[in-house]
Amino acid sequence: MRRMTTLLAAAALSLGLGGAAAAEDPLKVGFIYVGPIGDFGWSYQHDLGRLAVEAEFGDRVQTSYIESVPEGADAERVLTQMALSGHKLIFTTSFGYMDATINVAKKFPDVKFEHATGYKRADNVSTYSGRFYEGRTVLGHIAGHMTKTNKVGYIASFPIPEVVRGINSAYLAAKKVNPDVEFSIVWVYTWFDPAKEADAANALIEQGADIIMQHTDSPAAMTIAEEKGIFAFGQASDMKRFGPNAQLTAIVDDWNPYYIERTRAVLDGTWQSQDSWHGLEQGMTAMAPFSDKIPAEVQASANEIIAKLKSGEMHSFEGPINRQDGSPWLAAGERADDGTLLGMNFYVEGVRGDVPN
Amino acid sequence: MDLSAINPAVLVASLMVAATPILLAALGEMVVEKSGVLNLGVEGMMITGAICGFIAAVQTGSPLLGFLFAAGCGAILALVFGVLTQMLMSNQVATGLALTLFGLGLSALLGQGYAGIKPPSSPRIDFGPLADLPVLGRILFQHHAMVYVSLALVLGVWAFLKYTRAGLILRAVGESHDAAHALGYKVVAIRLAAIAFGGACAGLGGAYLSLVRVPQWTEGMTAGAGWIALAIVVFSSWRAGWVLVGAYLFGGVTVLQLNLQAAGLAVPVQYLSMAPYLVTIIVLVIISADRTRVAMNAPASLGRVFHASQ
Repeated sequence: MRRMTTLLAAAALSLGLGGAAAAEDPLKVGFIYVGPIGDFGWSYQHDLGRLAVEAEFGDRVQTSYIESVPEGADAERVLTQMALSGHKLIFTTSFGYMDATINVAKKFPDVKFEHATGYKRADNVSTYSGRFYEGRTVLGHIAGHMTKTNKVGYIASFPIPEVVRGINSAYLAAKKVNPDVEFSIVWVYTWFDPAKEADAANALIEQGADIIMQHTDSPAAMTIAEEKGIFAFGQASDMKRFGPNAQLTAIVDDWNPYYIERTRAVLDGTWQSQDSWHGLEQGMTAMAPFSDKIPAEVQASANEIIAKLKSGEMHSFEGPINRQDGSPWLAAGERADDGTLLGMNFYVEGVRGDVPN
Repeated sequence: MDLSAINPAVLVASLMVAATPILLAALGEMVVEKSGVLNLGVEGMMITGAICGFIAAVQTGSPLLGFLFAAGCGAILALVFGVLTQMLMSNQVATGLALTLFGLGLSALLGQGYAGIKPPSSPRIDFGPLADLPVLGRILFQHHAMVYVSLALVLGVWAFLKYTRAGLILRAVGESHDAAHALGYKVVAIRLAAIAFGGACAGLGGAYLSLVRVPQWTEGMTAGAGWIALAIVVFSSWRAGWVLVGAYLFGGVTVLQLNLQAAGLAVPVQYLSMAPYLVTIIVLVIISADRTRVAMNAPASLGRVFHASQ
């Protein structure tokens, strides 16, 4: 059904906006989202970025978006429509849009594309992402301290490097403060399906997890955690209103500065293809305020970790770290390079289960 | 494999919860199709029911009013489809698809300002000592009232279609609207009633999602459940009992695979995620292998346009 929605949306876009380019010719900036902007998670945060661009540049830009665009062939069609209807800068905000973005970019060399969380670039395709794994180090630290059952439930979406990296990062931090901690990982194979995410949370709680971490886009798991009286971490956005007692903190994606900067670059004619990977230091990854349910000393140590990650004194992946099979990955003091992190498809030692392939 | 970590009673209980929305929607659609109308707008009616029920429950503080309002809104939306297809003779497939689009958009509009609000919690029925029975208590006697309503509806629909005169007339309209018309039955009125019932059921299913299963409102939260309900109707070959089996099977496989993962069993996840869909396909193949049986069960006038002048 989303297919029809996007089809109609694309048609409306090409009709409605196609005729708008006239005297002033504002820069048309397009966004495509994998979920609805009302998901109060991933897509919601991207749309805040779009609104920030509008607020910053006013009449000089004209933005439009299409939500709930499935990853794959549909994305390619929607992107083509956007490019045809005069958009000169297009943000494609999900990993699964990677090939579609590259393909469409080839056909429209004068349109600039910005692809989130991917690794394929071209002269007119930049990539950008947040170092969300830094945020997960903080979550892992807090979870390791606060779990009583030593079982942390983890709702994972798809087995892509981004998600695997998050699991490893959180696990390493939790293990450091609590050697007995275990991660129970459930793959739901969707970014957005509140009912399934809720079922997964219930299953994890049933199996004894007392803290839920998620890498999916809706606040469903947070709602379940609140209902069951356990703790959880928000994902992509501050989800406190869905779990006033349950949320310990959240990783908040702040795309606003980046979107403004890149739009300005196009307006100024200085845009160049680049790769940005910004973490806590640059603010693309931020933490929601800590809940007062977290003991003061844990808050203090978590804040210290944040400060050290910002200053570069600490890194989420610093050796000695072994891979899951026990073979050495990083020697003592060695830090993971970005290339390895971007392609991470293995668990570190101690994580149970296999990465689905 | 170590299955001891999974408590079967809890598993069955949670599969009942997971299956209830699709069970309600599928049951309603089954009655609609029995009357000879194909309404592809189940997803749109479900999501509209989800937000209408949510709004009513939040505003009044009563989950019961929420469910009633959801059923009413689902029925009204379905009647839009009914008027278009039964009185204005529009194409059922196209109108049904349009209804889904309309429902998704309408719900997103109505839902502005309702995200992040907690609905009043729906009380479970108190069965007293029955709820404390080992195993059975957890499976049968600790659910929200809607789960029992859905089961009662299955029984009611089955009995209605099999044993009552009204049910017989409904089936007659679905098998041959010309014959039913010649006998003096009001084909359009009967179909409109069936369509409204289908919409009400879909609305209830949606409200169960937003008030009990997830308790929150999120845009697009049905995420395709309406389409699964449509598949279950075919799967059941238009029999109420098999709608129940289909819905629980589908809900069961979904919940089972999540629980297997949570229990840390080394299972190939992607196959498990596929499993509900695979099971549906396999059962469809098995059912349709027996051609006469399919022909016997599918309403003969399904999807065909009726006009008294023809």
